[in-house]
Amino acid sequence: MTINPTRLHELEDMARRVRRHILTTVHAAGGGHVGGPLSATDMLVALYFHILNIDPTNPQWEDRDRFILSKGHSCIALYAVMAERGYFPVSELITFDGIDSRLQGHPDMARLPGLDMSTGSLGQGLSPGVGMALGARLRNKPFTTYVMLGDGECQEGQVWEAAFVAARYRLGNLVAILDLNRLQQYGWQEPGGMRPPLDDPRRQWEAFGWQVSVVDGHDITSFVEALSTARQESDRPAIVIAHTVKGKGISFMEGDYSWHARVPTDVELARALAELELREVQP
Amino acid sequence: MTAVKALREAWGEILVEMAQTNPHILVLDGDLASSTRADIFADAFPDRFLQMGIAEQNMAGVAAGLATLGFVPFISTFAAFAANRDLDQVRVVIAQPRLHVIITGGYSGMLTGKTGKTHQDVSDMSVFRAMPYMTVVAPADAVELRQALQVMVSQPGPYYLRLTRDPAPIIFDEGYRFGLGRGVVLRKGTDVAILSTGVQTVRCLDACDELESQGISPYLLHLPTVKPLDVEAIVRAASETDAVVTAEDHTIIGGLGGAVAEALGEHRPTRMRRVGVKDVFGESAPNEPILAKYGLSARHVARAARELIGRES
Repeated sequence: MTINPTRLHELEDMARRVRRHILTTVHAAGGGHVGGPLSATDMLVALYFHILNIDPTNPQWEDRDRFILSKGHSCIALYAVMAERGYFPVSELITFDGIDSRLQGHPDMARLPGLDMSTGSLGQGLSPGVGMALGARLRNKPFTTYVMLGDGECQEGQVWEAAFVAARYRLGNLVAILDLNRLQQYGWQEPGGMRPPLDDPRRQWEAFGWQVSVVDGHDITSFVEALSTARQESDRPAIVIAHTVKGKGISFMEGDYSWHARVPTDVELARALAELELREVQP
Repeated sequence: MTAVKALREAWGEILVEMAQTNPHILVLDGDLASSTRADIFADAFPDRFLQMGIAEQNMAGVAAGLATLGFVPFISTFAAFAANRDLDQVRVVIAQPRLHVIITGGYSGMLTGKTGKTHQDVSDMSVFRAMPYMTVVAPADAVELRQALQVMVSQPGPYYLRLTRDPAPIIFDEGYRFGLGRGVVLRKGTDVAILSTGVQTVRCLDACDELESQGISPYLLHLPTVKPLDVEAIVRAASETDAVVTAEDHTIIGGLGGAVAEALGEHRPTRMRRVGVKDVFGESAPNEPILAKYGLSARHVARAARELIGRES
């Protein structure tokens, strides 16, 4: 599945729109996460606008591809993408984190149609993905299940319980995506501090029996190609390890852990939006 | 001679029967199938038995994923692990989205076959009763278990099913009808009411026999679901007797005793005694010494009843 230049331009344009939604929504809500959503944005746009076999008008369609955002705290990016994709009006984004909103601070599948799993307690998303992939096999359904993991949440042991079982059951219909931005909320802030030199995700996932590819998570073309290859695997689960930058797209947020869940001030928001517009005219 | 059947074994056999007509039933095992008797299901339906290994957190999540596709997955492990090891997973991906997963805690309570404190769980009912949207079912025998399973499989929602290890007498006849939130009056006495759940109800029947032989008239109310709780039946039992003893193979904090005390405190304050585990962990030993040491035997229930109504000499 390749992307022509026009299509790529559309997707990159959409990613900028999504980044604007993330910043303005978190600013308006006075709460939420920023750094992680920005690192995942390009991949979520690629998934929802180019990869996933879905129908926003029929979110419960039983043959749809499944997507689980295991790093649930990045949900504002997912909501923005889903709104732009037509699951609900863009105007609903303003309700984010408000009372009775379908757009909860962490994804709630019981409230928002189109969410395939509730997440937010880290390390839990891959397991339901294993369940969906197993269920698809039992029901002879052709869909693929995608799960996006954060690198920080891979500190949870459950991720590796799921990784083991997925390989044990040869779930070729399961594709994980690792948003490897190398920063988390507070821990291990020093450069290279989070991951000691021997902590190599490629070797880890290969050791668990997964097919592994490594890409730049902000390069939509390579990301789409990697997913395309991953999906062809028939008897091994696959993971696309995506190198990303936390806070990607906003110069003063990039690579700064403190933007994990910081609300931009009016001035910071204006600066950030101006940067996104600049990129729009100078792609 | 009364018929006897271990709930774990009955569970495996009943699931096999139900799965023959219900293609949605699956069993996920945390590598304890030969103990929990999930092996009975594995033998009959190898493709619908999913070995998840010794990894309960993942097992809970996998069950949630399967439930979103319309399957009815049973998670099978010991109560000690079902109610502790995977608790956050159950909370977030099963209870909060109200998925139709049946968490089956085999080997509940103190009588776990000499495995001791790590494998005994005396707070599973408290834990799951406190969890929003969770229904807690503790059948007394194989007849009640069969009916409870039919209800749990046909009515969506997360369930915790509390099973026990050892053979237990069949106390219900085939005419019995189980209902969620419906207590069953087994004796209609007037001096003291005994309220019980799970297999402890069998020991309470013995306690009633002892009391009757001493000229005391006991009322016995079996409550197979501590949540939903049959408050009406509890208030009626209290009104008939003005003295309520609860009995459970479980801590007296937050389980049946706690639930009944809460209900009576709000609706009909009544003098009470709670028979159960007194805020301690257990140990490995044969059943009879365990029941004796931790105050769970029929004699303990009968004595608590006499003490409550001033008939203990």
